[in-house]
Amino acid sequence: MSSALSFSRVRRFRLSFWQAVFYLLVALGLYSLIVRFSAGLGTATNLSDAFPWGLWVGFDVMCGVGLAAGGFTMAAMVYIFNIERFRPIVRPAVLTAFLGYLLVIMGLLADIGQPWRIWHPLVMWNPHSVMFEVSWCVTLYTIVLFLEFLPIVFERFRMKKMLTLFKHITIPVVILGVIFSTLHQSSLGSVYLIVPEKLHPLWYSSLLPVHFFITAVAVGFAMVILESNLSARAFDKKLETPLLMDLARVLVFVLGMALLLRFQDLSRNGALDLLFVNEPVTWLFWVEILLGMVVPIVLLAIPRVRANQQALFLCSLLAVLGFIANRLNVAITGMESYARVNYFPSWMEISVTLMLVALGFAAFRLAVRYLPIFGKPLN
Amino acid sequence: MSYGFLIDTTRCIGCEACVEACREIHGHPEGDVATLSAHAFTALNTHEIDDEEIFTRRMCMHCNDPSCASVCPVGAFTKTKLGPVTYDPDKCIGCRYCMVACPFEVPKYQWNKKQPLVQKCDMCFERISRGQLPACAEACEEGATVFGERSDLIKEARRRIEADPDTYHPYIYGLNEAGGTSVLFLSAVPIEQLDFKKEQFQQAFPHLTWNVLKEIPNVASFSGLFMYGLWWVINRRMELQKIKVSETASAVEEERS
Repeated sequence: MSSALSFSRVRRFRLSFWQAVFYLLVALGLYSLIVRFSAGLGTATNLSDAFPWGLWVGFDVMCGVGLAAGGFTMAAMVYIFNIERFRPIVRPAVLTAFLGYLLVIMGLLADIGQPWRIWHPLVMWNPHSVMFEVSWCVTLYTIVLFLEFLPIVFERFRMKKMLTLFKHITIPVVILGVIFSTLHQSSLGSVYLIVPEKLHPLWYSSLLPVHFFITAVAVGFAMVILESNLSARAFDKKLETPLLMDLARVLVFVLGMALLLRFQDLSRNGALDLLFVNEPVTWLFWVEILLGMVVPIVLLAIPRVRANQQALFLCSLLAVLGFIANRLNVAITGMESYARVNYFPSWMEISVTLMLVALGFAAFRLAVRYLPIFGKPLN
Repeated sequence: MSYGFLIDTTRCIGCEACVEACREIHGHPEGDVATLSAHAFTALNTHEIDDEEIFTRRMCMHCNDPSCASVCPVGAFTKTKLGPVTYDPDKCIGCRYCMVACPFEVPKYQWNKKQPLVQKCDMCFERISRGQLPACAEACEEGATVFGERSDLIKEARRRIEADPDTYHPYIYGLNEAGGTSVLFLSAVPIEQLDFKKEQFQQAFPHLTWNVLKEIPNVASFSGLFMYGLWWVINRRMELQKIKVSETASAVEEERS
């Protein structure tokens, strides 16, 4: 009795602690946004003419879109490949993706100079621009995610007719989602194809779109494992361990392919002798490769590690951090050496990014509480 | 009719008249002469080589196949028939991809404005449309910056190199750099010594993106059909399996073993 009481007290304290963190992050982020929109990007950020893209492009857009890749891979596995047993994790994956894309768009609104013109690329076409293609795909895929998300809401409010109607369009919608995702996940890599002499040879390659696509697929699975773990902890829910172990095997396979292709490509581009040049750029390359790929591949290949909930969680976390390191390396590290400037994000840039992450967590929490994400609403 | 500049660094005395004329015509404030910015569309750099000062100008090179025009998601940049690469501020969303992509790092940003836009030299497009000279070319009394048709300027550059081989290093910068530019440079020393990019720079860059982008219709239609086919096959097999199971469960078991 007394132990149960103290347990609930601890829980309440933890909850209010995270709530405090949340409100603090949102307050700081909002303050930074006010500075950004009243005094300009020059005051709020450490960006400059020499280094025009920073954390907001490198993390909010490049990582945000990639980390949401679980949405299309899980939908494809369940609806197209008909692997029924993964069905319980489609909804959380779609929810994460939907929230992720909304946050990417919010991040873009902070970063671009004329946010109220964000619709321009949809109207003023330039088919030669990767960014034009990405804008279209992100817009269309966000609509797809909305359509994939709607049935959850219909179910919550018992709108049977709408549910049947949406059952009929599931397959076309999922297929469209896969197409749009394939296109823009890879295109985020294509963004850098036009700067062969600016991006460091450890990252520049004509295969950038392929690398970006495969690593996004991999990190999608890692994110699904992570969020299942986190949700299980936060909502005292039973973990679908066998399912996640299966996902971990897929993750090992995809990460392995990504790693193989990466080194094969480095040798094709004659960049192998750059691997052991003793400078920060190389260290950051190895952080990405060793911590984000080699360690999770090796550990998760061992069945006993996969079966251990804690180890599975940590390995997936490494894969996610490695992915983030890769995107930041392309967008920041790899472009810095050419620009001959040292860019490090200002605290205001960091606070806006943290605010977006916090909003993502909070929205996920709310959705899980009030909508049938994991079976039925958890409240 | 495609115009451009021939900039002969052997004639430039570093008087900064071009910088001042540019500043005046755009209403820009005085500032650092040596750097481009949102309020300095041309800059003058000094290099000391063998105890001699060589002055070079920086400005938009007005590429024949400009990266900025290729990457801009709203098509705000246009390579005009007259030669200049122009910019439409009413389209621009301020994403700065042009700044990332430009091989000459020319487009600059209004970092301290609430509604920032990109800024760069447009070869005084309005003036040349009216038949006037660009401000910098009009201001240059030494003939170091000459305005004219690009093909004529190339001929003139070749003539100068041939007529005076002792003065010139025999290379016209801008003929092929980044796929060819409307601004051409002549110099007394190898141009790399003046911080001009030359190695692995003899191609236009937009095709690197286009090679991938042009495959999008194929990727989209192929992956769509492939996914649909896959779904159909798997779904069909599962339906067939269901029928068997309902008939005789044991028969299926036998079939499997």
